[in-house]
Amino acid sequence: MANELSETQKSQIGKQNKKGQTYTDPNHLFFKAPRTAAFYTGSEVIKEAIRRASVDVMVAYPITPQSEAAALIGELYAEGYVADYMRGESEFAVMGQCAGAAFGGARVFTTTAGPGTMRAMENFPMWVGSRLPIQMIVTCRGINSPLSIQPDTLEMYFLLGTGMLMWHAETAQDFFDWMLMGYIVSEQPDVHLPLALCCDGFFVTHTKDTVMLTPPEMCLPPYDPYRSPVVCMDMESPPVRMMRDPFIMKSNYISYMTHASWQEETRAACERSRKHTIPLIGGLIETENVDAEILIVASGTAVSQGREAIRLLEDEGIRVGLVKVKSLRPFPFEELREATKNAKHIFVPEFNVIGWLATELKAALPDNHRIIAGPHVAGGMTMPAEVIVRKNSDLSGVFGYYAAGVS
Amino acid sequence: MPPEYRDLVEQSTYGHEDRGWKDIGNSKELIEAHSLCAGCPESMAFRYILASLPNPEDTVMVGSTGCTSLVFPMVAVHNIHSLFGNQNAVASGLKRALTVRFPDRIKDVVVLAGDGATVDIGLDMTLQAWFRQEKFTTICFDNELYANTGGQESGLMRKGFVAKMAPTGKKFDKVRLPEIARESGCCYVVNLTVSKPSLVEKVIKNAVLLAREVGPTYIQLYTPCILEIGKNSMEGLQEMRDSEKPGERFNYKEYITDEAKQYLADLDAKKKSAVIPAAQLTE
Ligand SMILES: Cc1ncc(C[n+]2csc(CCOP(=O)(O)OP(=O)(O)O)c2C)c(N)n1
Ligand code: SF4
Ligand SMILES: [Mg+2]
Repeated sequence: MANELSETQKSQIGKQNKKGQTYTDPNHLFFKAPRTAAFYTGSEVIKEAIRRASVDVMVAYPITPQSEAAALIGELYAEGYVADYMRGESEFAVMGQCAGAAFGGARVFTTTAGPGTMRAMENFPMWVGSRLPIQMIVTCRGINSPLSIQPDTLEMYFLLGTGMLMWHAETAQDFFDWMLMGYIVSEQPDVHLPLALCCDGFFVTHTKDTVMLTPPEMCLPPYDPYRSPVVCMDMESPPVRMMRDPFIMKSNYISYMTHASWQEETRAACERSRKHTIPLIGGLIETENVDAEILIVASGTAVSQGREAIRLLEDEGIRVGLVKVKSLRPFPFEELREATKNAKHIFVPEFNVIGWLATELKAALPDNHRIIAGPHVAGGMTMPAEVIVRKNSDLSGVFGYYAAGVS
Repeated sequence: MPPEYRDLVEQSTYGHEDRGWKDIGNSKELIEAHSLCAGCPESMAFRYILASLPNPEDTVMVGSTGCTSLVFPMVAVHNIHSLFGNQNAVASGLKRALTVRFPDRIKDVVVLAGDGATVDIGLDMTLQAWFRQEKFTTICFDNELYANTGGQESGLMRKGFVAKMAPTGKKFDKVRLPEIARESGCCYVVNLTVSKPSLVEKVIKNAVLLAREVGPTYIQLYTPCILEIGKNSMEGLQEMRDSEKPGERFNYKEYITDEAKQYLADLDAKKKSAVIPAAQLTE
């Protein structure tokens, strides 16, 4: 069954927390509760989602462009919506503190960006192997030298192999909904994995948008740590010795097999998340006019720019379809194959220099000569719709010229 | 249930208020076999510490990579190994989560890690947890080198010692972590060896009880790596005794704040008043 609650969680539904919010059935909260429009920055939207998320512990550390959101959660803590909140001493430590809190059975939230993500990297495969359903917002920014704080999604490339669930939000509305839904998916016993919920820094965090919010007096049911597939470290269950002999140093088959099968299992858990995710976020991808011969496949704000380019191309009489990739892990193989089966040209605009989404698509789709990686912008450059139009026109042979500075 | 588990239920000392090292030999220990080198003093240290924890039924331990991490899988209190050097960060998050989840109960958190983990790779997290006054105990198994990776130089190694990665001898002094701990906000700091189980018991009990209420505590234990310093299995104890003589590196050293002293004195007084004098019993 998708998105089940435990009996303990069900028994909380309808009860109030100490702020007077009512623990609400997630499906009711997401799909039936009345919504009101608010005009907020992405950072404020993160705060509003956490207000409704029954988070136990948040660990914060300043780095642009997530500092504002992280500080706003501090205000929520001061108001009593988050049970504990602290500033760590570095992102490596922050992710360790998050791990400790999650090992101890707390619902945990953190945010990071760019160099912070890279500094913390050692933690992410550890979170996965330890089955810690921590939610981490990644507000992507440059990781190159010279120092840059500008939007750039290169850091997501490094997260792809960690084993975490990974979603890429396009808008503040995605963010609001997916943060709340993310906890429900992450905490399912057959998933129980961390979620990296990524967005393009500044474009989403620092711009204002109209967002439809659920009522502030409703919140998610609390986390139930006893649904974890591994033991919660609170000495509330018998401390059976985990193993007779630690596997780490052993050079024998059973040791290799243990490590291999656990890696397989965590990857399988990621795949199993589909059945929970699809009904909540409405599929791992979203499509428009995929019967067209030309498609734009993108994630994050590159989708918005793609939409705009499609409108401009329409004016030229060129029909182009759109695929928005919402989940990168699990990767929507089948969905993408189906959505691109009619396409002759597949353009993949990205906010990073290497084009990791195009690489992923080339490995996933048949006839991958159809995939045209780009345009790529990086280091904070914006991606005007015209740039996508040019790339598109150029390679599809309609008309062509080359835009300097854009490859 | 396997006999080993039944023994834990029926013959271990969870919940015994006066548990201590003397239970070793006539109760089920919280540590089973271990895979340390034969005669490694770390194994004695583990046994004494696990026998001395005041509240093992509600204690969670946090370890780090190193020789100690080979022992933890066989320890019968919940314990976390995650990465090398992050133990005090993990313990900070853990203690906070347990405090949020069990506001009316005592849940002790005890870190136990090697000197490389505590002083080198994890130093910032060790110190920052103390600065923040996180309420848990940090125990360092100081064997003065990186044992698990084959005997490389560590910050707690003696100056001049020739080791891997210190081919002409270590160039700087043994880091004075006990003093640093005192200055960083620990209310109770002890530097000792594990040659005397009764002393280890007293120190560990104090450290855990103080960390509950007063503030962070730090215990540095000499657990010589007999393998890397070229000693035989039988020679660990003598090595510790030699190093605790006056003027030596592990001569017993204790720092305690006035507040911590007062807290222990109050605890003591409470305990004494709770015991009915023998004279009254006979009447
Ligand atoms: C990030 C990282 N760097 C290096 C290592 C390799 N490593 C594993 S154990 C260890 C040494 C442990 O030394 P110490 O903390 O003193 O413990 P001991 O083995 O001496 O008890 C090292 C360097 C690692 N596991 N992770
Ligand atoms: S290598 Fe050294 S510290 Fe590790 S178990 Fe052997 S003697 Fe003990
Ligand atoms: Mg060592």
